[in-house]
Amino acid sequence: MLDAIKGPWPWYVAGPIIGLTVPALLLLGNKAFGLSSSLRHICAACMPAKIPFFTYDWKKEAWNLFFVGGVVIGACIAVTLLADPDPMVIAEPTAGYLASKGITDNSGLMPKEIFSWDNVLTVRGFIFFIVGGFFVGFGTRWAGGCTSGHAISGLSNLQWPSLVATCCFFGAGIICTWFILPYLLTL
Amino acid sequence: MSAPASAPWWHNLRYAVWGILFGIVFVKAEIISWFRIQEMFRFESFHMYGVIGSAVVVGLISVQLIKRIRAKTFSGEPIVIPDKAFNKGTIYGSVLFGLGWAITGACPGPLFAQVGAGYSVIIITFLSAVAGTWLYGLVREKLPH
Repeated sequence: MLDAIKGPWPWYVAGPIIGLTVPALLLLGNKAFGLSSSLRHICAACMPAKIPFFTYDWKKEAWNLFFVGGVVIGACIAVTLLADPDPMVIAEPTAGYLASKGITDNSGLMPKEIFSWDNVLTVRGFIFFIVGGFFVGFGTRWAGGCTSGHAISGLSNLQWPSLVATCCFFGAGIICTWFILPYLLTL
Repeated sequence: MSAPASAPWWHNLRYAVWGILFGIVFVKAEIISWFRIQEMFRFESFHMYGVIGSAVVVGLISVQLIKRIRAKTFSGEPIVIPDKAFNKGTIYGSVLFGLGWAITGACPGPLFAQVGAGYSVIIITFLSAVAGTWLYGLVREKLPH
């Protein structure tokens, strides 16, 4: 049993639990599932700077920060108490393609060749940490949601703007992966 | 709507508990992995499509059920789900986010989980995402919406 829990969880276990988060948050206290809002609350709490977008009572939305705080703790538990003893297995074609780009260490969740402190002050680090993170933060707020708020919560509630958003971020992700990343990975 | 502001802080712990479960799922199903996102965008694995697809199906059935039976919260309030508004930002912002998602391998939720899973350098990505959100707030009035 414990071995099964420690191994990688299949999609048909993970997906339904994530989906159940939508009704769980509604039943627990009328909360709409959406995680990118946490970034806005952090701005409002730490440096509102009199910007209207950040001057609201963020404490009323503190549940969202408790949730993402839980995510940090949960992730920590997953890699310690429930750590997978085996290295990660990724699809053969993906592994082959990445190897051709110099990404050969697939043992962890993140490629060491990119996501390491050694890269922080390099061009690669600037692109993958600073630019990438900036796009995620700026883009999700401009769009009014991310994968949780639009793709899961929004689609569950049959919101057509969420369908537009989902198509746009999936489309952009596909285009970036096929046409932009091949160049970025050479940096 | 939400718990009154005077409600004790520990009322929020229930959200932290679900967040912990969520964080465990994120890591154990490898949803926070940059590699899994690459597989997804390269159409070389079904895993992420299965995760997101089944999450939407379960969420959809739950929400429709909640609406049909007019379910109330555990504290007895009627459940209200706000509509998502559409504007041009839905398109521009989503495109920008999609680019960032493919580069970082993370949407906002997984950023927290990557840090929790010990990838400490993701703190930089996270701070940049906070900075992005902050700058959006600053220039919001000048952007097309």
